Amino acid sequence: MKLLAALFAFLMNLPERPMRWAQGRLAGGRLGWVFVAPNLAVFAVFTFLPIAIDFHYALSGGTNLLPAERPFVGGENFATLLDCVDHFDPNTCRRDLFWHGVWNTMRFVGFQVGLMLGFSLLTAIVLNRKIIGRGFFRAMFFYPVLLSPVVVGLIWKWILQREGVLNAGMMGVGAAPVNWLLDANWAFFWSVFVSIWAHMGFYTLILLAGLQAIPAEINEAAAMDATPPWRHFRRITWPLMLPSVLVVLVLGLIRAVQMFDEIYVLTGGGPGTATTFIVQYIYKTGFADQVRQYGLAAAASLLLAGVLLVLTMIQLRGMRRG
Amino acid sequence: MVRFLTRTRGHAAWDWTDWAAHLYLVLGVLVMFGPVLWLGMSSLKSESGIQAFPPTFLPYEQVSVDVEGRGKLKLYRVTAGEFAGRELGEVRRMGLQVQLVDPAAPATLIRVAVGDREPVMHLRAAWDNFTGLFSQFPFFRYLWNSVFITAVATVLTLLVNSMAAFALSKYRFAGRDPVFLLMLATLMIPPTIVLVPNYLIASQLGLTNSPWGVIWPAVATPTGVFLLRQYMLTLPDELIEAARMDNASEWRIYWRIVLPLSAPALAVLAIFSVMWRWNEFLWPMVVLSRSESFTLPLALNAFQGELTTQWNYLLAMTVVTLLPVTVIFAFLQKHITQGIASAGVK
Amino acid sequence: MSRIKILAAAILAGSVSVATAGEIRIACYSDGNECEATETLAARFMKDNADVKVTIDKMPFKAIQEGLPVQLAAGQGPDIARTTDFGPIMRYTLDLTPYLKDSAYWEANYGPVLGWMRKDASDHGIYGLMTQLTISAPLVNKTLFDQAGVPVPKAGATWDEWAAAAKKVATATKIPYGMAWDRSGARFAGPAISMGAKYFAADGTPSVVDDGFKAMAQRFVDWSKDNTLERDVWVAAGGGYRDAFEEFSNGRIAVYLSGSWQLTRLEKQIGDAFEWVVGSAPCGPAACTGMPGGAGFVAFKGSKNPKDVARFLDYLAAESVYAEWMVMTSNVPAHAGLQKKALPYKLSPAGIAAVQSFGANAALLSPLAYRLQGDPMSRPMFGAVVDRVSQAMSGQITLDQAYARITADVADAVAASKK
Repeated sequence: MKLLAALFAFLMNLPERPMRWAQGRLAGGRLGWVFVAPNLAVFAVFTFLPIAIDFHYALSGGTNLLPAERPFVGGENFATLLDCVDHFDPNTCRRDLFWHGVWNTMRFVGFQVGLMLGFSLLTAIVLNRKIIGRGFFRAMFFYPVLLSPVVVGLIWKWILQREGVLNAGMMGVGAAPVNWLLDANWAFFWSVFVSIWAHMGFYTLILLAGLQAIPAEINEAAAMDATPPWRHFRRITWPLMLPSVLVVLVLGLIRAVQMFDEIYVLTGGGPGTATTFIVQYIYKTGFADQVRQYGLAAAASLLLAGVLLVLTMIQLRGMRRG
Repeated sequence: MVRFLTRTRGHAAWDWTDWAAHLYLVLGVLVMFGPVLWLGMSSLKSESGIQAFPPTFLPYEQVSVDVEGRGKLKLYRVTAGEFAGRELGEVRRMGLQVQLVDPAAPATLIRVAVGDREPVMHLRAAWDNFTGLFSQFPFFRYLWNSVFITAVATVLTLLVNSMAAFALSKYRFAGRDPVFLLMLATLMIPPTIVLVPNYLIASQLGLTNSPWGVIWPAVATPTGVFLLRQYMLTLPDELIEAARMDNASEWRIYWRIVLPLSAPALAVLAIFSVMWRWNEFLWPMVVLSRSESFTLPLALNAFQGELTTQWNYLLAMTVVTLLPVTVIFAFLQKHITQGIASAGVK
Repeated sequence: MSRIKILAAAILAGSVSVATAGEIRIACYSDGNECEATETLAARFMKDNADVKVTIDKMPFKAIQEGLPVQLAAGQGPDIARTTDFGPIMRYTLDLTPYLKDSAYWEANYGPVLGWMRKDASDHGIYGLMTQLTISAPLVNKTLFDQAGVPVPKAGATWDEWAAAAKKVATATKIPYGMAWDRSGARFAGPAISMGAKYFAADGTPSVVDDGFKAMAQRFVDWSKDNTLERDVWVAAGGGYRDAFEEFSNGRIAVYLSGSWQLTRLEKQIGDAFEWVVGSAPCGPAACTGMPGGAGFVAFKGSKNPKDVARFLDYLAAESVYAEWMVMTSNVPAHAGLQKKALPYKLSPAGIAAVQSFGANAALLSPLAYRLQGDPMSRPMFGAVVDRVSQAMSGQITLDQAYARITADVADAVAASKK
């Protein structure tokens, strides 16, 4: 252990000299660039460059995966995706599955983010009380965050299948078994439920931190004044927690829009197209379909990223104002 | 009621809000951890036990008996007819009838209708789900690949991201905010879609079939930079100023002062990084195509064919991959949960 | 800086993985023990051919389905891969003809299936070796039929007779559904061809929807409405393949349209829990056919040792070795000569009987079924059928809308693949 620490110290001292040299040459904050450089380099190669290549894919057609051998088609992929008689009825669209995905994603994100915020907040408030075994409960609520999405999907698929434990329980109490993943509404419900189950632990902890940051004196003063509880929550707790709530909203929204593996393993997008989301459409078009239209998939994901970016900007503006 | 929302440390007597809160938490634990427990129990069941309906919580398996001259037979209890109540071994099935023998008197065949017998069950954990997994391939080679990738990637992730976070939180330089926003903006791109371009790049760099092909693309994460930056913003600038007074170099300030103080946030990023790399499937699947470079999840999934899935192996495999992360979490859970709580918000 | 050293090491680590002379890498996935059996044979091959090293990389099917096309596009990938989906990788496959010892032997014995790996009718190359022939056929729970007192429909019985019988069994034995089909466009194609579906227009271009196809699709959806057919398998899964084996093995359905690849599972998971038999392909006005299929080892142009690749495949394709391989994996041979012989399978009496029934079904396969399976556009057609028919079954769209969508989807795929 000591040896390891010494080795670590030795390695970490290595950059000392070149960094000192750089420090001497770079005025003011410009040294910051040196610290950011390794990160930016990796980003440039494995994130920015691929995104640039994706732009090329989105503007070219065919099934060849080598960028240089793809014919340029301009905005055709985007036009194909957006081609609808009536945008509110996916069945009138040329790419009906994409539009099913668009509307399902909106519905999913609305329910998922809203309910998750609600449950995380409730759990955080409960955990903020004097609770026996608080550490244990906190850990238990957090545990599912550590499961890989595929495992999350598998576990719940295993539980919800027709001959699964949930139906066994239903029959145990005398109720009729339900085909949870066969009914469009139930399948949608479970997609929302499972995604909340898997992620709420993380957001609960963030909100809990927000709650704990509220000075005890404020709460005590309010208790002295016998402020009605709802009023107390609205006037004191909520405004003070707003920054943490906004963090939850921003991160939660981005993740909800990109939710893929859990749902794919759980429902495969079914029944019919009830739980087909945009990311699933992207996956299907680019990877699973027999004729892989990578250009369409790239175009769809750039559209998605664009919309997400705008939404996040709006939220961040809200955050700054808050 | 006011206390329900406000109290953090409180009074001795329990009122109904305490009961409600504890009830909520106990129910919550059932919902949050119950499914994982169910998975664990199911992974110990035999192939037929997994498919049984209604399912049992504990792993039951049909009893087999060794019968002289007939080998291993499955044991049944006869439920109706002249032999009701006797436990017999089944020799074979003939249409709607079965032929059974008494293990004590194996010479005489007893014929019973199919519906008049039920299997005799006993508790037995099907460890062969696990041993079967391990015997199929060089387990330790894949374990080493996984551990190597996870460990190296995590160390590099912590280093690279904390350096960036340090600069983004403690320096003022032109272009700082655009850089930060640019990094955050990459969160918006669905990860599946950069898979193909990333492979083309990795292939150009000669990184395919090498653990480095999995490690390098992973070391810069927007989430990591974001988490660490938010935490470092809370560190008082006075500390850094004081160190500068003492003529410490900027690098020294970073690794001797800021890094140790950011330990909780680093712990959080570490557990996330371990979890991401350990579980990662899609990218390694594309970039590693030779079995000697496979990671554990890849090797464990190799028995998933096009047309068939063996549930007993699938569940056992899931448990195997779950275990290390669970153990690390159990030991570090206090630091991790507190780390997130303090890193998540400024 | 140490990072530069690491980067240098990384690049070195990457460049080390260049194939050494005489090495063959095979990307293999298993539905049973196909990869292990091949490993056994490869070990024997290497004893006689010490200059060649065959390495079999066992991987998930997903890795071949999704990863392989990307790897090949970047000029990487294995020398040989086992796959069922030849379309997306066709532009990278290697014509083995110049390297094979006796390509006439291949033509004579693997003739009908060699076409599946070819680009079109004018292509006469040999691109690989089928690792088995699969045949779709109805699997029957005979115990349930016996209990209901309904005879199992004989060879020549129509789909309507099969459906009626299955429904009768379901009612009599109080199981929820009479039959279930795998969620697969290939499975659906057999019955559709029997009903008269042509799948190709007169000029050879894909054209799925015709009167024969409609006759089957209409029946299929109707059956799902009165519980003759289990809807769940098709409706509950959004995309892709799903089987109904669990329903069958749990005795919840009487007739299960699946195929010969289920043999090992039938033996292992059902055993003698009930009596199972393989039925004869049900008929329609046009034919009594199932669909042939199967996975094959395909060779790639990128291979540095094409001669050794051909040597290994030549070894596997030889009649005696191939026969042993089929016995080891309990598969039906794609080798025409071996199809006529009784191989010494290590199976239960029920399993042996099943192999014979699959063989009988192979003789019934319509030429159109072979052609369809081998067409590069077959998978887009199958995919469109599965997607749209299950949507119609779920009630989301009407069957007429589904027909229009299938036509549009296929036209779209054809257009995209021509670019």
